[in-house]
Amino acid sequence: MSSNLDQLYRQVIMDHYKNPRNKGQLGEDTVTINMNNPTCGDRIQLHLKVEDGQIADAKFDGEGCSISLASASMMTQSVKNLSVEDAIKLAHIFYDMMLGKDYDDTSFDLGDIEALQGVSKFPARIKCATLAWKAMEKGVGNEEEN
Amino acid sequence: MNAQEVRKLFPILHQEVNGKPLVYFDSAATSQKPVPVIEALEKYYREYNSNVHRGVHTLGTRATDAYEGAREKVRRFINAKSTQEVIFTRGTTTSINTVAASYGLSNLSEGDEIVITPMEHHSNIIPWQQVAKKTGATLKYIPLKEDGSIDLQDVENTVTEHTKIVSVMQVSNVLGTINPVKEIGAIAHKHGAIMVVDGAQSTPHLKVDVQDLDCDFFAFSSHKMCGPTGIGVLYGKKALLSKMEPVEFGGEMIDFVDLYDSTWKELPWKFEGGTPIIAGAIGLGAAIDFLSDIGLDNIHRHEEELAKYAIEQMSEMEGITIYGPKERAGIVTFNIDEVHPHDVATVLDAEGIAVRAGHHCAQPLMKWLNTSSTARASFYLYNTKDEIDSFVKGLVTTKEYFGHVF
Repeated sequence: MSSNLDQLYRQVIMDHYKNPRNKGQLGEDTVTINMNNPTCGDRIQLHLKVEDGQIADAKFDGEGCSISLASASMMTQSVKNLSVEDAIKLAHIFYDMMLGKDYDDTSFDLGDIEALQGVSKFPARIKCATLAWKAMEKGVGNEEEN
Repeated sequence: MNAQEVRKLFPILHQEVNGKPLVYFDSAATSQKPVPVIEALEKYYREYNSNVHRGVHTLGTRATDAYEGAREKVRRFINAKSTQEVIFTRGTTTSINTVAASYGLSNLSEGDEIVITPMEHHSNIIPWQQVAKKTGATLKYIPLKEDGSIDLQDVENTVTEHTKIVSVMQVSNVLGTINPVKEIGAIAHKHGAIMVVDGAQSTPHLKVDVQDLDCDFFAFSSHKMCGPTGIGVLYGKKALLSKMEPVEFGGEMIDFVDLYDSTWKELPWKFEGGTPIIAGAIGLGAAIDFLSDIGLDNIHRHEEELAKYAIEQMSEMEGITIYGPKERAGIVTFNIDEVHPHDVATVLDAEGIAVRAGHHCAQPLMKWLNTSSTARASFYLYNTKDEIDSFVKGLVTTKEYFGHVF
């Protein structure tokens, strides 16, 4: 088995896939975003609670491959309690990481999301990993940014 | 048919992918191209590239002869009565859209019905949805049997005297089901409806005879049958085509053009606006020669054997669901318990094995199968049992790889 594959399917990713964090719905006063990957059928429904420019809570539902669901789980963990501005910055750091570019690893505690670095070696799977982050950006009104 | 010999003519197959010999099991998406097809394209561009039906010059004549020669090859290949019934299009999708936009929009109105099945490719669903929306006609579905096949009694129950169009795929791109389109067509005709056949997955693999099928329209693509991308065919009965209006206007398809009105060329050219897909047609002609030399019956038998061999081995493995009926074309769609098909495809790719994962442009069928996506291995004349052995080994690896997670 190739080591690239092991980099793709790191233990921590499989753990998020098997035991997704923040799965489910949020109560009232939340933004709900539905996003899908039309070519492969992955779907995510993201619920965000934004208070005073801060993401107070985030939960998701969806179906998809290990990468898309693990990434959604990690994303909700990472953006919780960040300001909207910081969450968008973090999304872009994540996109840099996905594209295999040098990325800023000092401004934020990247935590689990760094485990997804291996996805950059699998161009066909980058869209899986970025789906939840795109949904988050849409939810905070930053749609045009890609 | 000797697949090992056939393989030698496909240069692309002789390479390693991710350090492993390439196993190409995605021919239902697009097939690979043999040397004679690649050479025909190259020869055209190197030696006689020219526009058709215009030039007085020598190259123009050579190009026109080759382009129209390809049309005659298609005619013979599908046994159409006349080359006037063979229209070159961009592919199956354009062919079906042409029937929908030309025949559908002008012949249907409120109260009429269009009948299709839930197993259709999006390209044989959406054009009819559009016709239904624009004309007020109703879109109806023939229900499928539990194994994904069609019961003619269900066709009888669905088609009524209000039905104007019945459109069904001959072979399912997901289930591999071979549909009785001749019998379905007979039912359609009994009720005064026309029969459209989506032949995208059948034409590359089985002998097609449009006169025997007695269908009114038949659509297929070149790229799934060893030919180049970007070209396909719409066959239509002359009686219908001659009454239909073109969908695209300009270039090539005109007879006389005046300031405020114009007239069209005769069939088939009135449906071929713009400079046609000349190289594509010539390449398709070469693909038809290639397939005809080997024999469609031999190809079909070879693929059936491969599918049977693959299913036998896969059925012995635990935790694998195989979709579709027992009798099928060379398509095996499956899921591994708890492993998403994208993950299956990625692990197989690391082993050099190319399969498709996703909804296969058949979302209504995915719903019917109660899944969001599946993995699909599809075979063609250049595939071998050895490759299936590698694939089955790849499935074991995939199961082991994800086994520790669940």
